Parts: sequence; C-alpha cells; structure tokens
Amino acid sequence: MNPFDYARAAGAAAAVTQVAASPRAKFLAGGTTLIDLMKLHVETPDTLVDIGRLPLDKVEAVAGGGLAVGANVRNSDLAYHDAVLARFPVLSEALLSGASPQLRNAATVGGNLLQRTRCPYFRDGVSPCNKRAPGSGCAALGGHNRGNAVLGGSESCIATSASDMCVAMAVLNVTIKTQGPKGERAIPFADFYLVPGETPERETVLDHGELIVGVEWPALPAGAKSHYLKVRDRASYQFALASAAVVLEVAGGVVTTARVALGGVATKPWRVPDAEKLLVGRKPTAEAFAAAAEVATKGAVPRTFNGFKVALVRRVIVRALETVAAG
Amino acid sequence: MTPAVGKPLDRVDGRQKVTGTARFAAEYDLPGLAHGVIVTSTVAKGRVTAFDTAAAERAPGVLAVVTPKNAPKLRPTEPFGSSETKPVAGTTTAPVLQSDQVFWYGQPIAVVVAGTLDQAKYAAHLVRVTYDAKPAELTLDSKGRVFVPDKVQQEEPEITIGDAEGALTAAAVKMDHTYTTPQHNHNAIEPHATVAAWDGGKLTVYDTTQFVFGVRYDLATRFGLKLDDVRVLAPFVGGGFGGKGGAWPQAFLAATAAKVVGRPVKLVLGRDQVYACVGGRTPTRQRVALGADAGGKLTTLIHTGRTSTSTTNTFTEQFNFPARHLYASPNIHLAQELIELDVCPPTFMRGPGECPGTFALESGMDELAVALKLDPVELRLRNDPDKDPTRGTPFSLRKYKEALKLGAEKFGWARRTPEPGSMKDGRLLVGLGVASAFYPVYRMPSSARVEVTAAGTALVQCGCQEMGMGTATAQAQIAADLLGLPVDRVKFELGDTALPFAMVAGGSSQTISVAAAVTAAVAALKTALLALAEKADGSPLKGLKAADVAFRDGGLARADDPKAGESFGAILARAGRKAVDAKAEVKPGDEAKKLSMQSYGAQFCEVRVDPDFGTVRIKRFVGAFDVGRVINAKTARSQFIGGITMGLGMALLEETHRDPRTGRLVNADLAEYMVPVHADVPALEAYWVGDPDPHTPMGAHGIGEIGITGVAAAVANAVYHATGKRIRDLPITPERLMSAARESPR
Ligand SMILES: Cc1cc2nc3c(=O)[nH]c(=O)nc-3n(C[C@H](O)[C@H](O)[C@H](O)COP(=O)(O)OP(=O)(O)OC[C@H]3O[C@@H](n4cnc5c(N)ncnc54)[C@H](O)[C@@H]3O)c2cc1C
Ligand code: SF4
Repeated sequence: MNPFDYARAAGAAAAVTQVAASPRAKFLAGGTTLIDLMKLHVETPDTLVDIGRLPLDKVEAVAGGGLAVGANVRNSDLAYHDAVLARFPVLSEALLSGASPQLRNAATVGGNLLQRTRCPYFRDGVSPCNKRAPGSGCAALGGHNRGNAVLGGSESCIATSASDMCVAMAVLNVTIKTQGPKGERAIPFADFYLVPGETPERETVLDHGELIVGVEWPALPAGAKSHYLKVRDRASYQFALASAAVVLEVAGGVVTTARVALGGVATKPWRVPDAEKLLVGRKPTAEAFAAAAEVATKGAVPRTFNGFKVALVRRVIVRALETVAAG
Repeated sequence: MTPAVGKPLDRVDGRQKVTGTARFAAEYDLPGLAHGVIVTSTVAKGRVTAFDTAAAERAPGVLAVVTPKNAPKLRPTEPFGSSETKPVAGTTTAPVLQSDQVFWYGQPIAVVVAGTLDQAKYAAHLVRVTYDAKPAELTLDSKGRVFVPDKVQQEEPEITIGDAEGALTAAAVKMDHTYTTPQHNHNAIEPHATVAAWDGGKLTVYDTTQFVFGVRYDLATRFGLKLDDVRVLAPFVGGGFGGKGGAWPQAFLAATAAKVVGRPVKLVLGRDQVYACVGGRTPTRQRVALGADAGGKLTTLIHTGRTSTSTTNTFTEQFNFPARHLYASPNIHLAQELIELDVCPPTFMRGPGECPGTFALESGMDELAVALKLDPVELRLRNDPDKDPTRGTPFSLRKYKEALKLGAEKFGWARRTPEPGSMKDGRLLVGLGVASAFYPVYRMPSSARVEVTAAGTALVQCGCQEMGMGTATAQAQIAADLLGLPVDRVKFELGDTALPFAMVAGGSSQTISVAAAVTAAVAALKTALLALAEKADGSPLKGLKAADVAFRDGGLARADDPKAGESFGAILARAGRKAVDAKAEVKPGDEAKKLSMQSYGAQFCEVRVDPDFGTVRIKRFVGAFDVGRVINAKTARSQFIGGITMGLGMALLEETHRDPRTGRLVNADLAEYMVPVHADVPALEAYWVGDPDPHTPMGAHGIGEIGITGVAAAVANAVYHATGKRIRDLPITPERLMSAARESPR
C-alpha cells in the first residue's frame, strides 16, 4: 500500500478537523473495507485518522421505542443487542447474513454505511472504472457483471451497493447523524445515498471530513413484523445475489404498513415506494405480493450476466413477504 | 505386535502443524533476507516496449528492480513431461525476464527487491510498463491453433473400437449431449513461495513444491549449474493439489533476484498472483453419447471434446480416461483435441482429466438411465466389464461393483423414488444422485534409505513430499511393520534433495512408489544386518540366509523360530557399530502394461433445491471406494472427504472468470472465486472395500485424487432427480437452474 500518516483522533471534533485539513485524509474505523482497498491501491489516503476509540459505541433507547446507535458500535454487537433482536429482527438478520464472524466483530456501523462496492473492476486497480478513476469508462458494462446492479445504474456505472445492513436500515427509516466542518446535521436515510448518474465517484451527500456519529430510528408500528432474506450461491460468506428487507403490518385482514427494500441488485439500498403503496389496503395474498414484486423491479436494466437477478429478486420479495405474513 | 498399517493413527507431524512449529517455505528467514515482489503483465499478448522503473528504484528500501534489461541470462527450461528419464519440471517455456515478450495476462515481467515486504510491494506498484499489445486468443472457441496431442500421458490420444457412431444411430435407447466445465484455479492455503540463497556458485532453495527434485533440475538447468550444487527443501507444503507439481516461476525468480542483490530473497506470490501466474484447470467441452439395448447393456460409448493448452506449454486434460476403463461396450470412440490459447499454462488440478471427465461421462450415464427408465445403480452394475474394455487386459483388482453396493447401502439408495421431483422436504425439492469415481493406479521410480540404531530406532529417508496428506505417517507405519518396530520408534524424513530421489508427488502415486522403495531398502538392510551376525559365534542367526530370518520385535529372528533372535542393539554392539543402513532404488515393473490397474468408487449425493431461487444445498454425501489396502484409516478418510469437498465446490461454485476483452482474471481472490465454506459442507462419509491389490506395493492404491472424481456428476444427477432439470454446464448456479426447463424422459 501507499505510505500514509496515522493519527488517533482525540475526539469527534478533532477528528473532523484532522480529516478536513487534507483532501486525501480518511477516517479509519474497523478498517475491513478501507485497509483492504488500500492494499489494492484503490484507496490511497495520505492520512488515516483513527476514530475507532471514540466513545461512539452506545446503543440507547429513544423515546417512543426507537434506538440510537453510535457509529462505532460493532456489527456483531448490534446484531445481538436485545432490543434489536426483539424489536428489529430485520436488522439483526441482515447484519448476521453479512461477511464472517471475524469481520463482523471488527466492522462498525459507520464503516458499514460507507463500505464500497465489490465491483471487480473497481477493485482491480487497472480496468477502466468511472468510480475509481472518473472519466476512464466502465469495464463492468461489457464485462463480467454478474454481481452488478440492475436497478439505479447509469451508462457510467452499475456498481452494486454491497451492504446488507443498509438494506435493513432503509426499511427502518433511519436518520444518519453527522458532525462536519459545517456543523452537525441529521440526514434521512432516503437522502443519504446518491445514484451514480454521471458522477459515480460521489456515493453519498457527505462532505469531506464529515463524521458519522450515529444513526437513529423510531419504533415500528405496534403490529408490524420485519424480516431480511438474502439469497446467494454459497450458504455463507458471500454478498447477496439478491436480498429483501421487509416490514409488514396487517390489521383487519389488510396490509396497513408495508416497507420493502432491495439489496444486491441496485446501486444503493433500494426502497420501492410504488410496491409499498400497492400493498397497503390489500389483503396479504400471494397475488398481491407478486404484483408488488413486479412493480418493485420496474425499470430494471439487465446486463450480460445479471439478468437473472430481476426474476430472482422478485421471488425474494415474495418469499420475504410471505414469511412475515405467515407470522 | 499388531500391524500398524491400516490403523487410524494420528499424524506424526500433527502436533507440529497445529502448534505452528512446522515450518513452511515462507517461514525461513535467513540472515540478510530481502523480499521480492513480482510485477505482472496487464496485456495478454505482445511486447513490453518500455519499463519506467525510476520511481520504484527511488522508493524506500529498494535494492533492485529486475527486468529483462538487468536480469542474469538464464537457459531455457525443459518442460514437464518432456523426458522419461530426467526429472524435468518446467511449467512454461516463456522466457520470463529473458525477453520483452508477453504470453499471457498476469505473466511475471519484473521483480522488485527491497528490504521489507511492504517496501517491495509499494515499489512494485510504482513500476510503469508500456506495451505493444497484440490480439489474444482466450476461449475454447477462439482462433487459436487446434491440434491433437501426440500422446496423452503416454497413451494414444484416440481410441476407436468398432463403429461407435453407427451403433449410436442404431441404438434402441440413447443419449447424446455436450457438457462443459469452466476454468478452475488453485487455492491451496499456502500460496507459492520460495526462499533462495546463493553461496558462491551453490544455490539453496526452500520452496513450496510437490517435487523437490524437479525444482532442483529446473533451477540447475536454467542457471547452468551442476545438480549437486543446488539443494531444494520442502519439508512441509501447505497444500498442493497439482498446483505445485512443476517448477512455477516464483522459484527461479527468487533465485534470480537473490543473484542480483547478493542476498537471500524471499518471494511469496499474493493470492491474485497465484491465479495470475500459476496454472489452473483448463476449461473443457465434452461430448458424451451412449447407446444401449433395451436391456440396458451399452452398445456404444462416445466421449470426445476439447480442452485448452497454452502457447508456452502443452497440457492435456485427459478427460476420456475414465471411459477407457469403466464400462463394457462393443463400440467405443474416444478422442480429444487441444486449442492453444494466450493464457497462463494450464496444469494439474486434483484429478486432472478424470475429474471433469467423470462429470460428463457420469452425467451421461444418468441420462441414459433416465431414458432406459432403469435405476442408475443397476445400469452401472449391468455394464461392469470382465476385462479392460479398451486394452483387453485383465484387471489387477476390480471391486467396483462392491464399492457401488457398499455406497448404496450406506447411503440408503433404496429409499429413492425414481420420478424427478417426487421427493420433498417442505417447500424444498429433494434429490438423490449417484456417479462413479475413477482414477488410475500410477507408480513411479523411487528410492529410500533406512537406518536402524543400537537403541532400536529407525530412520527412513526419501526426498518425497508432505503436502498435508500424511506422508511421513503412512510411510512410518509401513516401515515400522517391515522392521518389526512400534511406529513411534520410526522417523521418516522427506522433502529435501539431499535425501534419496523421489519423483513428483502427483498422480496419486507417491504412497505406493515410496512404499516400494522403503520395502526394498528394508530388505537390503536385512542383508546388511545379517552380514554382521551370520558369522558371529554365539549368534542365533549364525549361518542363516536372508530368506531364513525376519524382522521381529526390534531385531532379527529365525523365521521358523521367532524366539531365536537378536535385537538390533545386540547385533550392532557385537560388531562395534552404532547403526547400520541400506539404500534401495526401485522402478515399477511391466505390471501396468500387462494388467489394467485402476481405482474405482461410487459417489452418492443428497441435495435440497429451493425451486424458486435455484439454490442447491448438499444434505448428505457418501463416497465408497475400491482403492486396494488402506494404509492409514484416518488420513485416508481425510483424503476422501477433502476430495469430495473440492468436488462440491466444482459442482456448485467454482469458476474462474476471464475477461474476454483483456484476458484478465476478474475474480482472482477468495471472496469472489468461491470455494465451499463450512456451511456448504455437511458431514461427509467415506467407506472403502479394502481388498488388497496383489500387484501393487503393500496392496495399496493411491487415494489422493479419486475422492474428487464423480462428485460433480453425483450432485448434478441429484439436482436432476430433485428438479427434472439437467444442468450440463458447471457450476450449477441459481441462474442456470432458474432458466433451465424441466426435461421429460422420452
Ligand atoms: C471478505 C469480506 C466479506 C464481506 N461480506 C459482506 C457481506 O456479505 N455483507 C455486507 O454487508 N458486508 C460485507 N463485508 C463488508 C463489511 O461489512 C464492511 O467492510 C464493514 O462493514 C466496514 O466497516 P469498517 O468499520 O471496517 O469500515 P472501515 O473500513 O474502517 O471504513 C469504511 C469507510 O467508511 C469510512 N468511515 C468509517 N467510519 C466512519 C464514520 N464514523 N464517519 C465517516 N466515515 C467513516 C472510512 O473512512 C472508509 O471510507 C465484507 C467484507 C469483507 C472484507
Ligand atoms: S460499474 Fe462502476 S465501479 Fe464497476 S467498473 Fe463500472 S464504473 Fe467502476
């Protein structure tokens, strides 16, 4: 990897100042994405500001039944937290379906929110890639794109958002709390990620030097159930071919709340509001779920090797909804 | 004393391995050690027009950037398999570092040497290379040169018996399909690594190899040295599977770099570099066509196809070998052709040939069974030949039917209902499949030295290899029984060219090849010991001939009177010696010409298939094998279930993606090139018939490779049984299952 300076952050404000000071500085949390990409020369920061020891490691109840989670909470700690297991199983299931136990013990919430795509041409350091080297082209468009996105892509980039956790967070209506050079802000999850468009190198609305301090979300509706379903070739330790996070509330025989987000198939954690609207007010039947799945994949653009994901993710949506509807 | 052979003994080096005291090549940190990192080409074919090494040379700690401009001149290698008398081991004829030519994407083109690994890695990244790139041939269908190799492993490339095509046309029941397997790459835990040190004109090398004598020969050839001036050591190898069978570039590149900087150099390939510049398994495209009469007897067997080789080696994946020996058929046509591609030279990978070959042949047998509406186990039983179907020779041992029946019983084959999709587990489809396993018996020349001491211990030495299979354990068991000693009094040393010669640990040949040499050395030792006693007054052995005495309880005794004997200590003390030793060098006889010597087995698989997602999970797997006498029940089981595990990866997961535009391997890492994880592998069961082969040393066969053969077909056949979908292209992925149509039996 490239030589770099290392500094341990004294506090959140100091960390922000340190990173803001150099355009090539980066925060270091668990390091499971960043160090990996530095070894591949894909990330070449000149300074790492280690935020791993900042006390952003609490999971706290918020009024009304929601949770506030510090950016440094480890993926495994969050997955096994009592409140998450009891009230937000979708998040626990998503976290535990990701990576391996060792990685989850190191990975943080903040780092997971900002993990990079697994697009092989992004990671190889040599192929044309607009995300890694803006303007160089996109090798995935005409290459091995089995893992790439069918939703939310552009002719500049079809990189899949790799995170499982984020798909669950999309249906929890998470707010992301930050502290940056311009002060503090709270960013709704739906506004946080950018689709690639013509600037795939821009992945979120964060400013340089803006630190994620935590995430927060409200309680689910009282009768709602949630679930995360991930499909992949091997039984463990693989990113999703397709996944779905669902929240479903049924009252009086009809759907009163429906939230659906997709993973493995889109360029960002992919909420499908049209599909959700279609479900609300309907009976939770197989036909309704299939219709919602159909709507959810509207506009999908299949590429050479990933066309199967359109049908696959529909089936994943249906199965996830059936599972929560069945109780 | 009960014999040690056959017992499930723990590995003699198990404690060393689990406590980390076993030292592997990359762990030899010699004084003054520098680190080499290779730079690989980013075009598939052409020429390097310029190296810009200035930035790399200026980087901290850099000792040298070795390119064709400043590399010492080397001589051409002698390719693996190009001589029957010399231990040639060259893996590529590419003049690496000797010319500006590029033969594949990922070929080593420079070596950066620095004081630390990180310095070398960083500097390697700073080397800028410009190319004059040429269009490259990269796939089985490209315009590369297509040819039929002169020989396939010493055998004829084509076999024609009767009129196979005519019989197919006339057959009452038939199948005729094309099967493909993709490129696979090696992923041994230990990447290829070499530590090379020069002492004047002498070279010492610690290497990750399955063939220390081959690497020595290759280095001596390239550097123009006498064999005695090169020593290669590989006391432990962290997995080979064929990927370390030849001398891969890291060995001579480390030696080259060490020569340039005048310090010992360690060169370890990164995981991506193992993909880039160590060969993998070639892709295959195979046609299998089978015809049968209404009674299920084969009337014709056709197995033909194409595999790839490279512009810098000739490698033939002998996929139709199983069809030469497995089934009786009056008409047979077996052929294969190669296409020469601009790729890293393909090489051996566990069960080369037999592994992809059994996928096609055994899928074909299953398709024929479906067409015949006959149980696939029964179909195989009906076609068991009484002599070798293509050579006409008798079998040295053939317990194939016994293995098939043993496996069927252990697996519970009888519970299978034949109709596809007829067995369910909730919403999941249940499938049960069977396939034959097959691997030839190979034996090579070998030699060994045996020494016994006055203290009643023995040292056995042979420059063979330990790659995880338990070589030292098995050979110590063999030697202990021959010498009449407990196993813990026998030490077996290996992995060093200072020891007696052994061939490559390949073709599952090592155990019996070395056992023969150990047996001969022990026999010679008996003569040597007897020579010390036969003239001694007062010795109960006085006047006896070798045939009249036997090793017994740490000494020699009269064969007809075990009590009349002397301990090694007594014999040696009288002669005033501390130890006595003997050496032997043996070659196989002509048994392999006169007899058909093969191993067989049957693989049984139970799957669960999710009908919506096309995901396949293995529920149960049973392998039953006919491999002669098993030397160590524990390490043997590990070989079988290890092979089965790799076979499951081949069936469901493994595939190297090569970008057809550039020749670059796209998934050259363990996150994207998928091998099974624990969650993919259920409890595996391995059984064996166990009858000894009267024509092999110890009655044993090699067992390293047969475990993987047939596994992919057993899985594919189980998937067909579950779903009615026949997947003829590996791996069996969700998209293939989602898009395949159910096939209805004719
Ligand atoms: C082999 C492998 C398999 C994996 N499999 C999966 C999988 O199946 N599913 C899945 O979802 N994930 C998977 N992952 C990804 C893993 O979840 C992420 O690597 C991890 O969540 C990143 O967290 P981290 O704390 O290590 O981040 P780091 O690597 O430390 O940081 C990642 C990025 O976030 C930035 N950053 C970190 N914290 C903050 C903060 N508080 N504020 C602002 N910026 C910040 C860093 O600057 C960096 O750019 C896998 C990873 C590996 C290596
Ligand atoms: S899909 Fe995006 S990340 Fe992948 S190569 Fe194209 S631009 Fe790069």
